[in-house]
Amino acid sequence: MATLEIKDLHVSVVSEDAPKEILKGVDLTIKAGETHAIMGPNGSGKSTLSYAIAGHPKYTITSGTVTLDGEDVLEMSVDERARAGLFLAMQYPVEVPGVSMSNFLRTAATAVRGEAPKLRTWVKEVKGAMADLDIDPAFAERSVNEGFSGGEKKRHEILQLGLLQPKVAILDETDSGLDVDALRVVSEGVNRYKASGEVGVMLITHYTRILKYIEPDFVHVFANGRIVESGGRELADVLEAEGYVKYTGSKEAAALS
Amino acid sequence: MAALSTQPHSHGAVVPVTSRAEHFTSYDVNAFEVPGGREEIWRFTPLKRLAGLHSGAAATGSAAVEVNAASGVTVETVGRDDSRLGTAGVPGDRVAAQAYSSFENATVVTLPGDAKSEPTTVTVTGPGAGAVAYGHIQVKASQFAEGTVILDFRGSGAYADNVEFLVADGAHLTVITIHDWADDAVHVSQHHMKLGRDATLRHTVVTLGGDVVRVTPVVQYAGRGGDAELFGLYFADAGQHQEHRPFIDHGQPNCRSNVVYKGALQGDGAHAVWIGDVLIRVAAEGTETFELNRNLILTDGARADSVPNLEIETGEIEGAGHASATGRFDDEQLFYLQARGIPEEQARRLVVRGFFQELIAKIAVPEVRERLEAAIEAELEAVGA
Repeated sequence: MATLEIKDLHVSVVSEDAPKEILKGVDLTIKAGETHAIMGPNGSGKSTLSYAIAGHPKYTITSGTVTLDGEDVLEMSVDERARAGLFLAMQYPVEVPGVSMSNFLRTAATAVRGEAPKLRTWVKEVKGAMADLDIDPAFAERSVNEGFSGGEKKRHEILQLGLLQPKVAILDETDSGLDVDALRVVSEGVNRYKASGEVGVMLITHYTRILKYIEPDFVHVFANGRIVESGGRELADVLEAEGYVKYTGSKEAAALS
Repeated sequence: MAALSTQPHSHGAVVPVTSRAEHFTSYDVNAFEVPGGREEIWRFTPLKRLAGLHSGAAATGSAAVEVNAASGVTVETVGRDDSRLGTAGVPGDRVAAQAYSSFENATVVTLPGDAKSEPTTVTVTGPGAGAVAYGHIQVKASQFAEGTVILDFRGSGAYADNVEFLVADGAHLTVITIHDWADDAVHVSQHHMKLGRDATLRHTVVTLGGDVVRVTPVVQYAGRGGDAELFGLYFADAGQHQEHRPFIDHGQPNCRSNVVYKGALQGDGAHAVWIGDVLIRVAAEGTETFELNRNLILTDGARADSVPNLEIETGEIEGAGHASATGRFDDEQLFYLQARGIPEEQARRLVVRGFFQELIAKIAVPEVRERLEAAIEAELEAVGA
């Protein structure tokens, strides 16, 4: 039973002059089998939470703890976190010119699984996973994310999610910029991952529309660097109707889709 | 041998040569003044480390030239007086002129016309530590010839040479030059390339070893329809100076050129210099040209200078452009790969290999490609990057 436990997490970003605190005491526990939607207005710190957990060097943890099954995540390097079972589907996946998708996927799978996957079954596995996400097989020979459209990048993030089978997946605005078909395909990919085992999902989103495809067990409202309200599915419906105005004092719709 | 100088050379860094067209050339070393280091064409080069190649050092040894010729390819060792020599171009700096004035024998490699040849390898071994040597090589692809020549420079010592590539009408020549010198070696080289009508040349320079390596590849067109691709791949370690100065002289209509040089640098005092000159003369209507240089700086203490120059004397061209970028290692790429479980060292290697991949993929000789991949791996191992 995987458990990701975040306690009183404070995170600053190094800016030009003084460090700026973005996360101001986040408490959240994600257990295997649970899907937590983190919803909030732009600039509330949702993405910072995801990057801080993944270990992006831009962010400094000033206090608090993050543990995965009791292990101190903050002590781990970025790659150790991934090998321990954390996965971050990024909002803006990075292009790596000259490194083919197939080489990258195999290198990542080898690192995470601790041994190189057997070539024959691996090729089949990747082909199947790509087909499930409506990805043209030709992408395997293209450079990682290079020249991909926004939707293609997101599909490939979910492709990696399926192949690397983490214990806990953080999906950072995976729905942003997707058209209806792509949103459905990507959501199905996430649901396959959820069904594949005892895994936890942190679904960060600005809009409620992805929750029509991916059923959350918990919904948290994120504002001004921390969780300000938690509830069930019904909280998303309230946000859809009322927006974030209650939490920010400004009018920003939750359901512009 | 007649000097083809047309203009007096202006010395001193304060008076730059206004046009590449006025660049002084001569076969005669005495037509050049000894450079002091402030001249535009020498200002990046560490003259003190050239073992006197620029200031009249006499040959104290010789470089061994060994040719492993493919079937049908002829190899000759000829004297200085062979009338074929010097026809691809005229030395453009004092060291090239010194080499031209000093070599004793030249190696002439001729690819047969209207035929496809297997790769031919020319291995040049330096004169040995502390010794100075001059050399001359000419590679000729006869009319409608198609083939590959690999020039493999290795060993120690100081060596200056001129390498001529004559690509006859309709010929397709692929050249891969590998500078895999020992740590002490100094090599100053000018490549003279002359393309006939509808000739195609793919010229790749790989620079890995040596203390100082300075290569000046010059392309001229003798007829319409010439197509030159110049690729360069270099990896400079601590203390190494690697300088590449490609010059494409478009003097004929409807010719094409594409220059892509990429280098990685690591370690204290690693220095790469790239000066990419393209001149489109009045007569060169319909020219299409692009030049690009990218440098990847892997560690502190390394320095890359990159200067693209494009001179256009006619508006009637297909296209002309240049791009140059020098960047540090991209931490976002590293983060992305690590976030997928790939350990940092391995992630770095993936990124660097990816950086060179575009050029390595274009090397059509598998053994050379594998050797380069292995060499890049070894370079990365060296600093534990």
